[in-house]
Amino acid sequence: MTDSIVKTTSDFAGNAAYVVVALLVIMALYSILTQKNLIKICIGIAVLGSSVNFFLVLLGYRQGGIPIYYLGGAEKAMVLPTPQCLTLTAIVIALATTALMLSLVILIHKHYGTMNVDEIRRLRG
Amino acid sequence: MNWHDHLPAFLVMIPLLGAFLTPFVASWGKLVRNVFFVLFMALTLVVGISLCTATFDGRVLVYVMGGESFSLTLPSGMSYPIRILFEIDGFGSLLILCISIAAFAGALFSINYMDRFSGWKRFMSLYFLMTAGALGMSATGDLFNFFVFVEISSIASFGLIAFWRDKPESLEASFKYMLISQVAAMLLLLAIGSLYGKYNALNMGALASMLRAGTLERISLALIVSVLAFKCGAFPMHTWMPDAYAETPSGVTCLLVTVSQASFYGLIRVCYSIFPALTQGGTVGWILIVLGCMSMFFGVLMAVVQHEIKRLMGYHSISQVGYMLLALGVGLLALGNRNDIAAYGLTAMKGGLFHVMNYSFYKGLLFLCAGALYYATGTRDLDKMGGLARNMPWTAGMFVIAAAAISGLPPFNGFVSKWMIYESSFVVHPLLPALAMITSVLTLASFVKVFQAAFLGPAKEKFVAVREVPYGMLAGMAILTVMTLLLTLFPGWFMGNLFENAARALLDHQGYIRAVMGGI
Repeated sequence: MTDSIVKTTSDFAGNAAYVVVALLVIMALYSILTQKNLIKICIGIAVLGSSVNFFLVLLGYRQGGIPIYYLGGAEKAMVLPTPQCLTLTAIVIALATTALMLSLVILIHKHYGTMNVDEIRRLRG
Repeated sequence: MNWHDHLPAFLVMIPLLGAFLTPFVASWGKLVRNVFFVLFMALTLVVGISLCTATFDGRVLVYVMGGESFSLTLPSGMSYPIRILFEIDGFGSLLILCISIAAFAGALFSINYMDRFSGWKRFMSLYFLMTAGALGMSATGDLFNFFVFVEISSIASFGLIAFWRDKPESLEASFKYMLISQVAAMLLLLAIGSLYGKYNALNMGALASMLRAGTLERISLALIVSVLAFKCGAFPMHTWMPDAYAETPSGVTCLLVTVSQASFYGLIRVCYSIFPALTQGGTVGWILIVLGCMSMFFGVLMAVVQHEIKRLMGYHSISQVGYMLLALGVGLLALGNRNDIAAYGLTAMKGGLFHVMNYSFYKGLLFLCAGALYYATGTRDLDKMGGLARNMPWTAGMFVIAAAAISGLPPFNGFVSKWMIYESSFVVHPLLPALAMITSVLTLASFVKVFQAAFLGPAKEKFVAVREVPYGMLAGMAILTVMTLLLTLFPGWFMGNLFENAARALLDHQGYIRAVMGGI
């Protein structure tokens, strides 16, 4: 496996990016749980998606690794492009859901005349 | 390779091809469109059944997309397990059978049911995509691929829940489901990503062979279990379920039930096959048992007070999912201990898996009956219906069969699976079967109420002109009725060939790993 060759950094600078991911996830979840405006909830979902993509891209970065495309030989550390492929797929999926979600918001606004989740409550009990 | 070695690929290819051919075919007229829809669903069903029979002897089918082995070997001699593969064992094929039958029945039903509405191209495309997603979820052997199929089926179902976009309620239900589902999917991806970061593998078998207990694994397991419990509608996160089930066109609800079963499949697969090192202690088993009991009990309590037929059935779905979580949780307690498995674990799992299949068929049938009532009367409010057994004898008859099966009346199939769950959970704690029996009694009570309100009583004047629904809808319902009756009449055959195999496949996680890694 590649990561046995690569030295993982334990200092703060090496992990700062992961802290940013954690902060973004928490911010997104906070906005989804507390906001009343549908658009703000959609923004929360989009931020959540982006932070997960950010996390995937981070996983693809190993210090001192070279892309596998160059075939550096056994002694060089190589990095698989899998996380990048995953990220591309996840971006496409997030785009589709965001577009669908916003179009639903438009239709909901047309029917209910409001963006406030507390007033969109016909399905109860 | 023979052509039938490629069956696992056809399983997803046929509905996907159908989805993208739909926009062309649907404009060639009604007959062509209907024949195309039923033909493609029938082809999917044939592939599903032949895959299922191929695993009867306990074989695990492994199919690698675009290559012989799932590892990519570089010129330097290093190899990486990166190719996507399908891995179908007894448990997967059980789900594939449920999904393909329910999808076929729902398609037949929809042909007449959706005839009054426009937007057929979109409807058929989304229906095909949802089927492809659900089948892919139960066939895949790759965690990221599982996420992709979850998203395919979810996005298609958002569209189908909001299909009647002139109704504010369906938009609201769709948005609610989308919110829960999207948060769940992103957290699932986060968990999958962290597992990849540590083990460099997304392949379920390869991951299971490398997995060691640790903090990161615990966090990932907690995330995966909670988000898949979200998606299959367990108690604290159940609110989307009655809304979505009530507002979807009925033929789709029948499929939506099995899509949530596919999430349940993911949950059980992760607990039994990938993380047995972490789930053996009993904590996860008890979490599933508690979630199951709460879903069972609160689901049925909320169902009893409902007046709208599809919402009522939606709440019953929560309580039925509870039975399965309870059974598989009890099975998880016994995991890794030969004596416990023999004493109660295997019975619990067989009962739970039997219930998975029962639930897919009788619940689908109940939703189709509710759809037939709505089609004929134009209302979903039980208080406004009455005396319809005279006008709709076939629907009434099939409803009785489904209602008896879901309430666990002997000799119906629901009784057999529930009895196995009672019997095995009693060994763990006597309160569990007591709670399950109370749930069963309340289920019976509420279905007696539905039957009495909708079908019995004096004929109402405004329903004099109501006739039995068209043949296509009856055919869709008949398929599920026949399956329910077959499960009732030949439980031994299904037990020996399907559920026993599926339970053993889940217990033998080394076999699951061997099936993949043996090929290297």
